Amino acid sequence: MTPVKLYPAKPEKVYLFGTCLIDLFYPEAGMDVVLLLEREGIEVIFPDDQTCCGQPAYTSGYHDEARRVAAAQLDLFAEPWPIIVPSGSCGGMMRTHYPQLFMNSERQEQAEAVASRIFELTEFLVHVCHVRLADRGEPQRIAMHTSCSARREMGLAETGPKLLQQLSNVTLVEQVRSAECCGFGGTFAVRHPEISAAMVADKGVAIEAAEAEHFVTSDCGCLMNIDGHLQHEKRALRGEHIASYLWRRTA
Amino acid sequence: MSQPATAKSSEETLQGGAATPEVQIFDPRHFHQQAHDALGNPQIRGNFRKAMDGLMQKRRDAFVEWDLETLRQLGANVRSRALAKLPDLLEQLERNCQANGIQVHWAEDGDEACRLIRELCESRGAKRLIKGKSMVSEEMHLNAHLEEAGIEALEADLGEYLVQMAKETPSHIIMPAIHKNTSEISELMHDKTGIERTLDADTLTAAAREQLRQRFMTADVGLSGVNFAVAETGTLCLVENEGNGRLTTTVPPVHIAVTGIEKVVEHLQDVAPLYALLTRSATGQAVTTYFNMISGPRKAEEHDGPREVHLVLVDNGRSRIYQDDELLDTLRCIRCGACMNHCPVYTRVGGHAYGTTYPGPIGKILMPHLLGLDATRDLPSASSLCGACGEVCPVKIPIPDLLVRLRKEAVGEGRGNVPGAGVKRSVKEVTAWKSWQWLATHPVFWRLGTGMAGRFRALSPGHLPPWTDYRVAPRPASKTLHAMMRERRRTEKNS
Amino acid sequence: MSSRDAILKRLRQRLDGEIPVPPSDFTVMTERGWSQEERLVRFEAGITAVRGEVVKTTRADWTRALVQVLVEKGVGTLALGRFHDVTIEAREALAAHDITLVDADRDIESWSREQFENIDAGLTSTQGGIAETGSLWLWPTPDEPRRLSLVPPIHIAVLDAGHIQDTFFDVLRDRRWTEQMPTNALLISGPSKTADIEQTLVYGVHGPRQLVVLLRQN
Repeated sequence: MTPVKLYPAKPEKVYLFGTCLIDLFYPEAGMDVVLLLEREGIEVIFPDDQTCCGQPAYTSGYHDEARRVAAAQLDLFAEPWPIIVPSGSCGGMMRTHYPQLFMNSERQEQAEAVASRIFELTEFLVHVCHVRLADRGEPQRIAMHTSCSARREMGLAETGPKLLQQLSNVTLVEQVRSAECCGFGGTFAVRHPEISAAMVADKGVAIEAAEAEHFVTSDCGCLMNIDGHLQHEKRALRGEHIASYLWRRTA
Repeated sequence: MSQPATAKSSEETLQGGAATPEVQIFDPRHFHQQAHDALGNPQIRGNFRKAMDGLMQKRRDAFVEWDLETLRQLGANVRSRALAKLPDLLEQLERNCQANGIQVHWAEDGDEACRLIRELCESRGAKRLIKGKSMVSEEMHLNAHLEEAGIEALEADLGEYLVQMAKETPSHIIMPAIHKNTSEISELMHDKTGIERTLDADTLTAAAREQLRQRFMTADVGLSGVNFAVAETGTLCLVENEGNGRLTTTVPPVHIAVTGIEKVVEHLQDVAPLYALLTRSATGQAVTTYFNMISGPRKAEEHDGPREVHLVLVDNGRSRIYQDDELLDTLRCIRCGACMNHCPVYTRVGGHAYGTTYPGPIGKILMPHLLGLDATRDLPSASSLCGACGEVCPVKIPIPDLLVRLRKEAVGEGRGNVPGAGVKRSVKEVTAWKSWQWLATHPVFWRLGTGMAGRFRALSPGHLPPWTDYRVAPRPASKTLHAMMRERRRTEKNS
Repeated sequence: MSSRDAILKRLRQRLDGEIPVPPSDFTVMTERGWSQEERLVRFEAGITAVRGEVVKTTRADWTRALVQVLVEKGVGTLALGRFHDVTIEAREALAAHDITLVDADRDIESWSREQFENIDAGLTSTQGGIAETGSLWLWPTPDEPRRLSLVPPIHIAVLDAGHIQDTFFDVLRDRRWTEQMPTNALLISGPSKTADIEQTLVYGVHGPRQLVVLLRQN
């Protein structure tokens, strides 16, 4: 766990690392992140050449390949601005594993510098922006799924719930075994599909049993997994990225 | 998918030993099939879910009054110090044990340890050996080795006793019979020992107590594991609730203690934090019924205790793990089982599916060293890297990082110092990752490719097994975030 | 080369060289700062939570409590030492009662089966107790050997309240265990138990079924 104990003051500019899953499958969530940050008076710089943080290759053991991709990302964040990542998984990769990947190499200092400026979205909104949210939506019961990376790699179990608790018409319910993995794990879901399926099935049942009408998550991997499973099972429950939910409720 | 494993000869399996035809032999090479079978078995799913939920809660409750993070750090430091000084401490342990009258033997691998123990038994005409719980003896397949030499090796820990009766292996390192229901146990004991069937656990336990009491009285040798071996004083520490450990190490005239070389600690006081962490992490107990500290055989003026005490130090791959700074952390383990108690994978497939002596997260980072990455090829990847294990490990072993390291070794991009390194490297997968790498380092083509995927999203496959066996296929958005941001910049510029 | 030498050589000729030694701060294992009263409360709570029985008594009165316990539990045969103060007082008090006393300070070979089959209870002194975990600690002696607190189905232990310390670490340090470890040192924290049968807690497995602590205050 790498909790950032000392948070900086709200900056004027930030970088956005959109993540490849948002880029490809949930770009509107990425746009919602931009809108949320701009509403706080922050200019969002989106380096066009960003692609992927490298995590899928990293966790598969292909570190040479992951390193080359990570190196390409490192060069995109030259200014000393915070780098906002709307994913605990990618955020964890860049904050925790980039320094490891480049240890004892010529990019060690650069990697450590970039890593020190990584903030997961909810973390940034709560601890740096001290955001105040005004709920304009209808009463709703929702559940939060915090990704394992956000929870354990980045130490951010409370930031998502803190944001949701600011929404006056939202009842935040907690599903049983809320800290248990949803079963995505990147390539785990395709290498060990049956075990992964058993995990996501339990997760879906738990959120339903908590009588949530909707769920949100800070990680699009988890979203694809849980939402995709619920759709497959023809359940009514759906989820979305927390950025989209927050923007929709407060805009 | 491979065929379910049924009884095989000892040359074919890694479990070793003969088995009766109706008992399933588990093999790490058949992990996928074994996991599949377990996932479809309601009793396994139910037993393990209930048991693990209980153990997780008990552990939480047990640490309520503690500054847990400080305690864990102390535990990690105590173990790291011991590993840092390991060769010196082993020599000190040997010296002090010998000064106390304990005979010390060294074995490079499990087979040598088995031979040593067999010879100790044979030279004393021992035919009956009774055992306290020892995972390292399971690792060595000691029972099978002794049985082949005509020496009875009887498990006295209740869970191990039952598992042995069923001709199975333990499914958890602390609670060996956790996969069994009371009715199964009743049936088993009725079948093998003739008692009346009952669902009353007290009655079943009383029967086992009676059966085993006779065996304690007549055993020639008692064999135990060691939880902590203290170099400073030449003391072997054993943790238990049942009393069979004390009986095993006190009643028979000969006591043989067997341990992995990594279990040594430097000072007697080092035991205090490790003991506090072990019992609470394992079962949520502040302390076990007995903490048994042995520093020698019966002295001339004493009236009971074994006449001889032997300590067998087993390497079996540990000194190889020791060589590498990152892999070294694996050896901090104090065998509490908290990692498997918290593992969402272990909870769903149970311990047998892994087919290895140590299951769960610790099994996944340890067994590749003992059996090679080839035999354990599906284990390091059988994790979503959720980190629940690392979060609860009392000695802060970074289990997810070690799993990633082993995956790196398995595909041949590591240091090559784990047996079987490179075994999972395939042209297919290398090509896939190299293509991904190329795309992700050529942003123009990345944008082109992802843009095309969006434009042709109607053609994106809806059938993408195994993902789509359980979920709808993700559909690329019509416009990527890159495209949206570009448009926005253009609009801003023009406005 | 012997296995011993091969193993030590591999450990010493380590590929990645020397391993740094981290410091160890044991503060978290000690400095509880409990009062005597709190120690007693914690000790009793800990041991009774796992079916240990605590009988509060005094130095003057404890043998009366002992007799009461023996009578209540129907103990006909009691094994005990001969030379410890506790056993001397016990023998004196029990002389008038119809309970067979069996000497424990004999080579076990002469009475092993008897100890397993005919002894109802074993009486031992203790060296002290641990409040944090509800534990007794004993160093068996030739007079009160190891099996005395293990084999008979009831173990009766005499503990002086003033000998209860906060933590195990405190006991190790303050009582200087490292200076001379006995052949066997024991922490005993209740009657024997198991949860191996479908997690059901059962008391009385291989060790004693009952543990009675005669807690002498003042």
